[in-house]
Amino acid sequence: MNRRQYNWLILIIPLIALAIWVDVSKQITIPNPFNPQTNLIDRNVQTRLGLDLRGGLQVLLEADLSADATISSDDLNVTRQILESRANALGVSEVVMQVAPPRRIVAEFPGLQDPEQVIASLQQTGLLEFVDIGSTPVTEGTIIQTDFGTSSTSTTTTETPTTTPTTDSSATPAPTATPAATPTIYHTVLTGAALSAVNVQAAQLGGFDIATTFKSEAATIFADYTGSHVNQYMAIVLDKRVISSLIIKQKIPNGQGIIQGKFTQDSANALAIQLRYGSLPIPIKVVQSRSVGPTLGEESVRRSVIAGIIGLLVVVIFMGLYYRLPGLIADVALVTFALICLMLYKLIPVVLTLSGIAGFILSIGMAVDANILIFERLKEELRAGRTLRQAIDLGWKRAWPSIRDSNFSTLITCVILFWFGNAFGASVVKGFALTLALGVGVSLFTAIIVTRTFLHLVLDTIKSAEHPRWFGI
Amino acid sequence: MNIIKFRYIYFGISLLIIVPGIIALILWGLPLGIDFTGGSLLEVQFASGQPPAIADVAALYNEMSTSQINISNPVVQPVGTDSLSIRSKEMNDALKSQIVAALKDRFGGGQDVIIMNFTQVSAVIGQEIAIRAAGAVALAALAILLYITYAFRGVQHAFRYGTAAIIAMLHDVLVVVGVEAIIGHFLGWQADSLFLTALLTVIGFSVHDTIVVFDRIRENSNIYRRVGYETVVNHSIVQTLDRSINTQLTVMLTLLALALFGGTSIRHFVIILIIGIFSGTYSSIFNAPPILTVWENKEWHTWFRRKSETEII
Repeated sequence: MNRRQYNWLILIIPLIALAIWVDVSKQITIPNPFNPQTNLIDRNVQTRLGLDLRGGLQVLLEADLSADATISSDDLNVTRQILESRANALGVSEVVMQVAPPRRIVAEFPGLQDPEQVIASLQQTGLLEFVDIGSTPVTEGTIIQTDFGTSSTSTTTTETPTTTPTTDSSATPAPTATPAATPTIYHTVLTGAALSAVNVQAAQLGGFDIATTFKSEAATIFADYTGSHVNQYMAIVLDKRVISSLIIKQKIPNGQGIIQGKFTQDSANALAIQLRYGSLPIPIKVVQSRSVGPTLGEESVRRSVIAGIIGLLVVVIFMGLYYRLPGLIADVALVTFALICLMLYKLIPVVLTLSGIAGFILSIGMAVDANILIFERLKEELRAGRTLRQAIDLGWKRAWPSIRDSNFSTLITCVILFWFGNAFGASVVKGFALTLALGVGVSLFTAIIVTRTFLHLVLDTIKSAEHPRWFGI
Repeated sequence: MNIIKFRYIYFGISLLIIVPGIIALILWGLPLGIDFTGGSLLEVQFASGQPPAIADVAALYNEMSTSQINISNPVVQPVGTDSLSIRSKEMNDALKSQIVAALKDRFGGGQDVIIMNFTQVSAVIGQEIAIRAAGAVALAALAILLYITYAFRGVQHAFRYGTAAIIAMLHDVLVVVGVEAIIGHFLGWQADSLFLTALLTVIGFSVHDTIVVFDRIRENSNIYRRVGYETVVNHSIVQTLDRSINTQLTVMLTLLALALFGGTSIRHFVIILIIGIFSGTYSSIFNAPPILTVWENKEWHTWFRRKSETEII
């Protein structure tokens, strides 16, 4: 009779196993069975804590234009890209930048405390350089040193004139964290100021090219340089970060260069935009900044976790005492609920903030509520003289409309809150809405399916469990 | 148990909380935090364990205040035993560094002054958030009203259920905002974005709770067609009472755990939630279903008639 119930076990058991596996691991690696060198899945599944829990700086940036000026989403995205590369140049790890249309960008710097330094570096004008890198290409994303405007790196006093730099490929500077002992200083041929036009055009052999035009004096310098460096490499560098390495095919006499590559229209546009706007396409200003000290964060995490565990324990005890056997099974479902939620937080990933944890705790309440609704119904049916099996089926069936409608209305609220939080960089509200919505979704599964399946399982295995006493009657 | 019979007493109890809240709102207003008004919030910890007197810090701010950046008359509050939270008008980062240096110099007692938290919000953003939050709540209410009307399309006057649920929700909003205004005035609490989150949670919970009771009315009104509406409503409330109390109890238990053992930074948030969720359960039992019967009987016809008249009839 309950064959259909047991089918769910095929889903539930592996899901719990998967949840436990994800919850206890920090990194998930599944090797590709067809190609042992590569991994099918290789993901970092560490729990991500929000700035309020780990300490850090959040800055809300806004386009510094009159309120009625329309800002294209492209411009805003480019601004974000450029800001992100500048922020990365600061050597801060895990910088998160998100566009909050129509005119804002939210930037988060975990672990940083000093807004002055960060904001100053964000607001500087970007510097675009065409750099001679000799005969070896440099990987995109590498941070290099050039001889242009070296005031910031005052230790390097070497003046390298227009000669080919030492092409020692092993000396390619390592990105940010550990600068090599003697970093190569490359020569800057021209800067972005020398460009007069940048256009994307369709290439003859399919794909897209970028046509660049230099101003007249620059064209001469460029002609001389390209003439003497044929078959060597030139890098396009934004804020000392290589965005593209090019090979010089021939002398370019009239300042009309063409950057060829296997560009798609999108990638060509992206590079063209970076060439055009070494500086930001829209001016920005800081409208809000929050910094949280790491000590406050640690304390909050520790206390909230303790509070959460105590709260959960009290609920577990209450359910067991009041609803007996179904209560105990609901407790199992509740633990399943917590495991699955944590797994989702780690996989999606959801950045956990204080308010996010509050959302999770509220969703525990709603998960319990679904079971309470069902059990109260079950008891009513038992009192009305139905057999246990009938009562269980009716309990679930009758409780379902109220569970559906109440949870759906909570989901509606979550969607509106999420949208509200998203539009304002109000991560407090957003985090809350996201964990609550996930919790409501998972609780529907655990309270309805997991509890029922396990209840049937227990009743089928232990005959004496059918005694009404076990149902608190 | 007859809950519907005493509906006006329960409405009265609600008014007992709401009216003082509204008076407090009119007299003192809702103390808005810098999240909504704009400004700076600096929270500093004194490693020496001895924070300076509030007046001394205020004096320091007044001294640092210039005509361009006016940060005079800050609101200084102790946090725990060794920290202070200082709210002022918006300042810039350079000035903040100067202030922290001065705090360390004068009151640090030779030890460090640690910035626990520094928040800066421009006035424009704050106002916008407040306005858009109100918009979000209105939108949520409308969406829920539509959903309930749809979900209850099988019963007569489905629209009434949605409206009653929204009225009960507004009741909870008024309770929370009113209590915040009263407590805020006496304890110096300020409504910040966490308060907003709490308020939105209460709204979600309130509707959630009301729907469960309404669901029972929906079911019963299809079963007991011969019985009067009032009886059906009352019966439904009584039937769901166990569930209402138990759910309320479990949520309260988790929230109490958070309030007692959670960090101080969320205590205000949790207390508002406790008040709001209690109010949510109350309104879903004692307000929302009685509103349905008041509507069904169109009782407002007799509200303003004199007692003697109704008695004669």
